[in-house]
Formats: sequence, structure tokens, C-alpha cells
Amino acid sequence: MMAEEILNIFLMYIKAFAVGGAICTIAQIVINITSLTSGKILVFTMLAGVILTALGLYQPLVEFAGAGATVPISGFGYLLANGAIKGAEKGFFYAVTGSLTAASAGVTAAVVFSFIMSLIFRSRTKRN
Amino acid sequence: MTGKNAQNCNENYLKYVKQLDPPTKHFKNCLSAFGVGGLICTIGQFFRFMLEYAGLSGDELAGAVSVILIFLGCLLTGLGVYDRIGRHAGAGSIVPITGFANSVTSPALEFKTEGYIYGTAAKMFTIAGAIIVYGVFSGVLVGIIYYFL
Repeated sequence: MMAEEILNIFLMYIKAFAVGGAICTIAQIVINITSLTSGKILVFTMLAGVILTALGLYQPLVEFAGAGATVPISGFGYLLANGAIKGAEKGFFYAVTGSLTAASAGVTAAVVFSFIMSLIFRSRTKRN
Repeated sequence: MTGKNAQNCNENYLKYVKQLDPPTKHFKNCLSAFGVGGLICTIGQFFRFMLEYAGLSGDELAGAVSVILIFLGCLLTGLGVYDRIGRHAGAGSIVPITGFANSVTSPALEFKTEGYIYGTAAKMFTIAGAIIVYGVFSGVLVGIIYYFL
């Protein structure tokens, strides 16, 4: 029983590593071929997540790989689309507001933490 | 030199430059993207297990994991570590949610010299703004389509 549990946890880490790595590799291949900049890659990966979620293909991946599917930015798209789909069941108002409501945690965290960091640190990107 | 010759010259020069260019290491790029991206997701999975153990579930769990990873991404960007990782990892450090955090913090720090309003706050959304605009717009579309289906 105990050994089985440990094996399951280990397996989940492997799956998260493999699926998360695979999503990043796909993005890297796209970068290699088209030399898109990082901002465009982020937008396109996120949109791919939205579309796959809307088609019902991303949910199985999340159940399979856990953080491997939710941590890449396509998981952010999954959150947005999923919030909209869940909201659509409650009514038109929630269908429109559902996506940003679901993504509010991520956006809030990014804004608040970035502002705190900008108070503490200075830019180091230019000093290589 | 006539126009035709000049063009030839240009072409020859471009060929010459391409010869000397180091070949893009496609395979190595992909391998490091796979490794770093996979590792960040594994760290995310670790926090997922920890928070699940602490009693969180569903949306709350997913939200808390992304908040932790975003915090780490912001902190490592502030310390200047994330850009060093990014130089080798390519998409492996861009695509995970920590890369999103990096894309918010990085300009916030860089434009600090222009003040806290027009610098930090306004420039914070140079890349994140695009993600939020297209994310919200496509999300609303999905919601409306699902509402009428």
C-alpha cells in the first residue's frame, strides 16, 4: 500500500516533467523555425491552451499530467477558457466575466509581486 | 560598379556571412528547453502535492500553485538569476508561468528609472498586456459560444 503510493507520486512527477517539457520543446521548435520573439510565443501558447480547452482536449491532459499541463502558459489559457465555460452554465453575465475571474489569482500575483520586486531590486539585465 | 554587380557582391557577401555563422543548435536548444521546462513543472507538481496535503483542492489548489511559482519567478528575476537561466533554456524558461512572471517583473525593473507611474507601472504590461488582452478576449468568445450552444 505504502510502496504503491510512493510509486504513484513518483510517476506523477515523471508525467509532469515529460508533459511540461514536451510543451516547452514544441514552443522551442516553433522558435527555431520561425524565430518568433518571447512575447509572441507566450501569446500563441496561451491561445493554443484556450482553443484546446474549448475543444475539450486540454482537460484530459491536466488530469493526466497535473502541473505538467497547468504550469506552462497554456495552462493559463486553460484557466481562462475553463472559467468561461463554467460561467456559461450560470448565465450570460458569468459567461463573460468567468474567464478573468478564474485568472485573477495569476494576474494579481504577477502585478503585486512585480511591484514589490521593483521596490526592492534594480535592473540587472544590462549587466551581463 | 554597375547595379547588377553590386547585387552579386551583396549575395556573395551574404553567403560568406552565412558560412561563418555558427549553426543554430536546434537539437541542443530543444533538449535544454525540455529539461528546464520539465524541471519547472516538476517543482510545480511538488507544490501541488504539498498544498493538496495541506487540504487545498480544485481551483484553489491550481491558483495557489501558480501564485507560488509566479512569486518565485518574480524573485529570481529581481535577483537577476532568471535571465541567466533563460539564456540557455530558451522556451524552457519562457513558456512556464514563471516566464510570464519574468515578462512582468523584467520591464518593471528596467524602466524604474522613468519613475513609478510611467516607468514601473506602465511598462509592467508590455508583454503581459498582450497576454491578458488576447486571453480575456478569447476567453469571452469561448464563454459566449458555450452560452449559446
